[in-house]
Amino acid sequence: MKITTIQELLDAKVLCCEESLGKHVYSACGSDMMSDVLAYVKDQAVLLTGLVNPQVVRTAEMMDMICIVFVRSKMPSPQMIELARENGIVMMTTERRMYDACGILYTNGLIGKKVVHV
Amino acid sequence: MSEDLVFHFDVDGENFTSAGQASVQVKKNLRQLGLSPEIIRRVSIAMYEGEINMVIHAGGGVADVRVNENYIEIVLEDHGPGIKNVEMAMQEGYSTAPDDVRSLGFGAGMGLPNMKRYTDSMKIDTVVGEGTTITMRVNLV
Ligand SMILES: Nc1ncnc2c1ncn2[C@@H]1O[C@H](COP(=O)(O)OP(=O)(O)OP(=O)(O)O)[C@@H](O)[C@H]1O
Ligand SMILES: [Mg+2]
Repeated sequence: MKITTIQELLDAKVLCCEESLGKHVYSACGSDMMSDVLAYVKDQAVLLTGLVNPQVVRTAEMMDMICIVFVRSKMPSPQMIELARENGIVMMTTERRMYDACGILYTNGLIGKKVVHV
Repeated sequence: MSEDLVFHFDVDGENFTSAGQASVQVKKNLRQLGLSPEIIRRVSIAMYEGEINMVIHAGGGVADVRVNENYIEIVLEDHGPGIKNVEMAMQEGYSTAPDDVRSLGFGAGMGLPNMKRYTDSMKIDTVVGEGTTITMRVNLV
């Protein structure tokens, strides 16, 4: 799925790195706990979260993720947007709640991944 | 590389907003060295978890990363409260983090197990009331 499709499906507002909307992603994960993300995710390129602080961007960066979607209309600070831009991570925000946002992406073909430990 | 490369960072324990900056910088440095993305990811996740722990549990500390032909070594040293029961702390889900830490997205009790999982070796030296030093290695050969 292209990142631009995620934006359309979730009717999300893009906050930075529009130039990367054409990139393809193959799986995603949704969580508000960053060390759960760090534990179970492998090669997921998209992070959906309701948590808003700079650690969300750093966690995504550590995991080589390329897109962060904030649910429930959460709005990151300008510093967070700048941090994402520096790292080339597309950031967007949607009115959808976590469950709905994940469900919409999943039913449209962006399935998650089986839990694999390194 | 003929000589070991060494990176040193002070990790500010007063500031959760900046927590993780050292790990982000190390990730950049390792990319410049042309190491494989998989190795880089393992090192940076392990260091990031350790760095966050130093900030939320120990009031900050210092981080040293050494890179040579054979391995990447991360040493995280703090003078925090120490870990009373290491065996318990190593279990997934064990956390003493207060609720305010949990609302920041941490405190799932996954950090130490993650660090062990992503590295080839991990040693915890800790003395209650004095501090904790964690040494992790990711082998390159
Ligand atoms: N540097 C440290 N100094 C003192 N105690 C520590 C330190 N690192 C870890 N601990 C103790 O070990 C426990 C387990 O650590 P671990 O990183 O696995 O989980 P956590 O930090 O509580 O949550 P998470 O890592 O999932 O955000 C902590 O809750 C804390 O009690
Ligand atoms: Mg931790």
